[in-house]
Amino acid sequence: MKPLVHISSSAVPMPIENVDTDQIIPARFLKAITRDGFGDNLFRDWRYDRGGEPKQDFVLNNPIYAGEILVAGKNFGCGSSREHAAWALGDYGFRVIISSFFADIFKGNALNNGLLPITVSDQALHTIFQAIEADPSQELKVNLPEQKLSCGEEEWSFDIDGYKKQCLLNGHDDIDFLLSIKDDIIAFEQEQVIY
Amino acid sequence: MSKTLFDKIWDAHVVKSLPGGRDVIYIDRHLIHEVTSPQAFAGVEARGIDIFRKEKIVATADHNVPTRDQHLPIREAMSRKQVQTLVDNCAAHDIPLYGLGHPYQGIVHVIGPELGITRPGMTIVCGDSHTSTHGAFGSIAFGIGTSQVEQVMASQCLILDRPKTMRITVDGELSPGSSSKDIILYIISKLTAAGGTGYFVEYAGSAIRALSMEARMTICNMSIEMGARGGLIAPDQVTIDYIRGKKFAPQGAELEAAEQYWLSLYSDDMAVFDVEHHFHTDDIAPMITYGTNPGMGMAVTDNIPSHSDTKALDYMGFEAEESLLGKRIEHVFIGSCTNSRIEDLRAVAQMVQGKRKASHVSVMVVPGSKQVEAQAKAEGLDTIFREAGFDFREPGCSACLGMNEDKIPQGEYCVSTSNRNFEGRQGPGARTLLASPITAAAAALAGHIVDVRTVIKA
Repeated sequence: MKPLVHISSSAVPMPIENVDTDQIIPARFLKAITRDGFGDNLFRDWRYDRGGEPKQDFVLNNPIYAGEILVAGKNFGCGSSREHAAWALGDYGFRVIISSFFADIFKGNALNNGLLPITVSDQALHTIFQAIEADPSQELKVNLPEQKLSCGEEEWSFDIDGYKKQCLLNGHDDIDFLLSIKDDIIAFEQEQVIY
Repeated sequence: MSKTLFDKIWDAHVVKSLPGGRDVIYIDRHLIHEVTSPQAFAGVEARGIDIFRKEKIVATADHNVPTRDQHLPIREAMSRKQVQTLVDNCAAHDIPLYGLGHPYQGIVHVIGPELGITRPGMTIVCGDSHTSTHGAFGSIAFGIGTSQVEQVMASQCLILDRPKTMRITVDGELSPGSSSKDIILYIISKLTAAGGTGYFVEYAGSAIRALSMEARMTICNMSIEMGARGGLIAPDQVTIDYIRGKKFAPQGAELEAAEQYWLSLYSDDMAVFDVEHHFHTDDIAPMITYGTNPGMGMAVTDNIPSHSDTKALDYMGFEAEESLLGKRIEHVFIGSCTNSRIEDLRAVAQMVQGKRKASHVSVMVVPGSKQVEAQAKAEGLDTIFREAGFDFREPGCSACLGMNEDKIPQGEYCVSTSNRNFEGRQGPGARTLLASPITAAAAALAGHIVDVRTVIKA
């Protein structure tokens, strides 16, 4: 996993609530058996028409918006557990998603793939959307060691589980840790009675 | 100390508590399927490690299989390769696979219970959000991503935050025409599609107790649709009666010991939940969804709420404050891990016996498993469906997610017994209305949305 420490980037605004994982990557694109290439079909049905032509009114097709940060409405990533959603966002080039609320499984999947979900207040989210609207090149700064997000003069702190923070900073994943405690797992199994 | 049902099971599976509050949780059962496992197998192989406890894994092919001519090679090349990859991976790692052609094949959340693999007190995971279904047995069951599938393959454990607990109590008796699907659609309409995020839900109350195991599975199945990590119901005699005699269920003295343990799994009287909600069946009528998330549901006789999300209504082609009664529909889908079990098919068959679908409607009935399919045929339900003009298929996830060729065409309406009405879920541009099996069956006969209670009375 690629470490994530500091990110400074303009952002792509998507002020839509309840963006579900079927929108992020529709099921018909889940047939690949590797993790690569899902970015091409990220937001497929919002991004392209039936003939495969880009829809001009969709934000990813608007050249004035770009960057490694996606800013989205609340309850981002609801629905299916498909990790392909996190892969698609990462493959497209996003490293950070900002929203006022994330669905549980998506949040875990993102963290397991070096994609940082940052939860901010509704007010902060509104401020960020306004700043991007006023200036699409507005740079957002993410400082993971300090757990700070800034946009122009504004700065907010964000929460992240201490363990997952270390994983992101170092590019480690859970398996590295779980393999290191195998003796504990075997000891647990010897005591356990399963019916 | 008083504990909730959830706490009892969770605490019995903590291998190690980590600084900062996360727990390493041991996983008793790992169900896998063709879509979310190939990258996990590849990851384990890339690390050069073995699968730690292959005997705790069970595999089936369900998401991306055709529901016709399953005895023939899959026609679509990528789907064929994905299903074959599961076959190859299971063979290479010596994992039992109930693949295409096997008499136990079916939707992963249908076969786990019907084979006695799902049991009370267990921790159960699968790379699929509807793993919450298995909570109906009083287990902690939840969906995971592919990285976590790989973690469980590598260590039989997951590193997890302890979720908060919510109890939803539903009291009263269901009135004719309403079913467990209506209970859960009602709950989600009240709590919203995000109302359960961060929580593990226990369902309790007299209305829940009165439900069969299959009906309880429908409720727990849709826990994820309000954002909850999972849902569970305390095991009771109904649970035990269901498990007894199942293929992989304990037997003899082991079963007796198991039953004693299972009946100890309930929330203590003084147990405290982070949140409690109470509902009564008097307020629960046959439900239908009108929007693009499962929280956008209402009684079928209600009008669409006036402040509904306009993006969702535009997609659906509906207007605020209108009634859906009489709305023409083109498709009915009866199936999915929510409602494809034998009781669902019986309820539909009872409603349509000797009748014929509306001529402009296409109806697909997709059984949840080969065992459900065989049982339906043994009871003659397939004949009833055929005579009604319904297309009785072979098992799979099918039009619930439109991953195979079972898709709803652009702009057309489908009354579906599945779990998600997201934009494009059943195919690009498809418009999904979620409902119970009998509400769906009634719509198939009428060709438009009806209040199933009027059909029952007639």
